[in-house]
Amino acid sequence: MNEMTNDKNADLGGKATSLDVTSALKSSTRPEELDSEESCIEVENLNLFYSQDKKALDNVNLSIPKQRVTAFIGPSGCGKSSLLRCFNRMNDLVDDCVIEGSITLDALDIYGKSVDVADLRRRVGMVFQKPNPFPKSIYENVAYGLRIQGINRKRVLDEVVESSLRAAALWDEVKDRLHDSALGMSGGQQQRLVIARTIAVEPEVLLLDEPASALDPISTLKIEELINELKTRYTIVIVTHNMQQAARVSDYTAFMYMGNMVEFDTTDNIFTNPAEKQTEDYITGRYG
Amino acid sequence: MNSKAGNHGHHISQQFNAELEAIKKRMLEMGGAVEQQLSDAMVSITSADSGLGARVMKEDDAIDELEVSIDEECSLILARRQPAASDLRLVLAIIKTVRDLERIGDESSKIARMAVKLSEEGEFPEGFVEFKHLGDRVSNMVNMALDAFARYDAEEALKVAQTDREVDREYGSAMRSMITYMMEDQRSISRILNLLWALRALERIGDHAKNIAEHVIYLVKGTDVRHEKLEDVAEQIVDE
Repeated sequence: MNEMTNDKNADLGGKATSLDVTSALKSSTRPEELDSEESCIEVENLNLFYSQDKKALDNVNLSIPKQRVTAFIGPSGCGKSSLLRCFNRMNDLVDDCVIEGSITLDALDIYGKSVDVADLRRRVGMVFQKPNPFPKSIYENVAYGLRIQGINRKRVLDEVVESSLRAAALWDEVKDRLHDSALGMSGGQQQRLVIARTIAVEPEVLLLDEPASALDPISTLKIEELINELKTRYTIVIVTHNMQQAARVSDYTAFMYMGNMVEFDTTDNIFTNPAEKQTEDYITGRYG
Repeated sequence: MNSKAGNHGHHISQQFNAELEAIKKRMLEMGGAVEQQLSDAMVSITSADSGLGARVMKEDDAIDELEVSIDEECSLILARRQPAASDLRLVLAIIKTVRDLERIGDESSKIARMAVKLSEEGEFPEGFVEFKHLGDRVSNMVNMALDAFARYDAEEALKVAQTDREVDREYGSAMRSMITYMMEDQRSISRILNLLWALRALERIGDHAKNIAEHVIYLVKGTDVRHEKLEDVAEQIVDE
C-alpha cells in the first residue's frame, strides 16, 4: 500500500502528493455516511500476529455501525476472517496468537482483563461456513444456549424456540417436527437452525463467516433474505468470498488485502466507484 | 488519464475482457457510422443532393439495428458477468451512449428528409452559411465526444459539454437570421421553414453529443453530472 502511494508520487511529482494523502486518509478513516450512524464495534490500531514473523492484521482501524450489515471482502489470507474472529475472541483459542490495539463493543474493551469471554460470545454470536447443529433435536438445538444459562422453564423455552425459529424463517418448515434430529435437515435448513440457535440468546452482534458458501442458490437467497430481516435487530458482520453476495446484503463493505484495511465505504460506493485501485482491481476480477 | 477506467486488458477472465472490448468497439463503430450519416446529411443539404438524402434516410435502419444488437450484448454481459465498478460503468455508459447515437442517426435522417424537400424546391435558399457553420460545430462535437469515450478522457468530454452552450447560442442567432430572411422575402418562407427544421435537428444533435460527453465523465470519474452546472462539473474534473 505505502509502496504504491510512493510510486505514484514519484511519477506525478509534487502536486500529486497532497491528493494521494487525501485519498489515503479517505480510505483509512470513516466514510462520511458513517457519521450519522451509531457505532457498535470500534477497532483501533489493531495488529494480529499468528507467530513472530507472521502478521495477519496490520494496523486496522474500523468502525462498525450498529444495526447495519457490514461485509468484509478480500482474497484468501487477507485477514478478513482473522479480524472477524477478533470480535468474539475466537483467536484466544489459537496458540501464540498475539493481538495489539483495541476493540470496543459499546464502550466495553473486549480484550479487557475483567471480560467474561463466555458472556462476550453470548453478546457476539458467530455462524460458520459449515452448518454445525448439535446431534440433538431441533428444539434442543435452539434451547441449548438458554439451558446452559440455567433457564429450564418449559414455557420460557417454548417461547424462545418459537420466536427464534420464526426470526430465522424456519418455523413454518419445522414446527411439526421440533423433536426430530437436527441432523436430518437440509444444509440450508441447518444453517438457518444455527442462526436461530445463535439469536436465541439475544446477542447484539452476529458474525457470519461465509454463512452461505456451502449452500445451494435458493438456500443462499433465503439466508440473504434472513440477514436483511435480522439487521433491524442485530449488528451483522459478514465475511464472504462471493462479491455479489456482499453487494446484495451489506450496507457497508470493507476491502482487505494482505492484512490491511484498504478501503471501507458504503457498499454502493465500493461497487460502483471505489476510491482505491486495489479495490477496483479486486471487485472487477483483475487480481492475480 | 484516469487509470481506474479503460484497463480491460487485465481481467483474470480473458473472455470477459474480450466481451467488454467487443461491445466498446461495436459502439465506436456505430459512432463512426452515425458520424458518416450526419456528414452525408449535411452534404445532401448543402449540395442539394436528393439522392444522397434518400440514401441517408435508408441507412438509418442499419443504425437502429446496431442499437438493438449492442443493447442486447450489454444485457447479456450484465446477466452473465455481473460487472462491478468501472466495468459496470462501461456497460451502462455504452447502453446510454448507444441510445444517444441512435437519436443522432434519427436527427440526421430528418436533415436528409429536409434535403430531399429542399432540392425539390430548387436552389438552396439563404441560410446556407448558418447551416454549414452550425453543422460543422455539431459534427465536431460528436467527433470529440466519441474520441473522449475511446480514450476515457473526461477533460475532452467537458470541452464537448462546454461547446454545447456555444452551439445553443449560435442556434439562437441562426434562428434570428432565418426570421430576417423570411421577412425580407415572403416567397422563401416555406423553404426557410424546412431549413429551420434542419437547424433544429443540428441543435438536438449537439444536445445528444453533450449527453455522450456526460456518459464519458460518468465512466471515467464515476460521478453523474447530468443536470449539474457546467462550472461545478469543471471544478470536479480539474480537482481530481
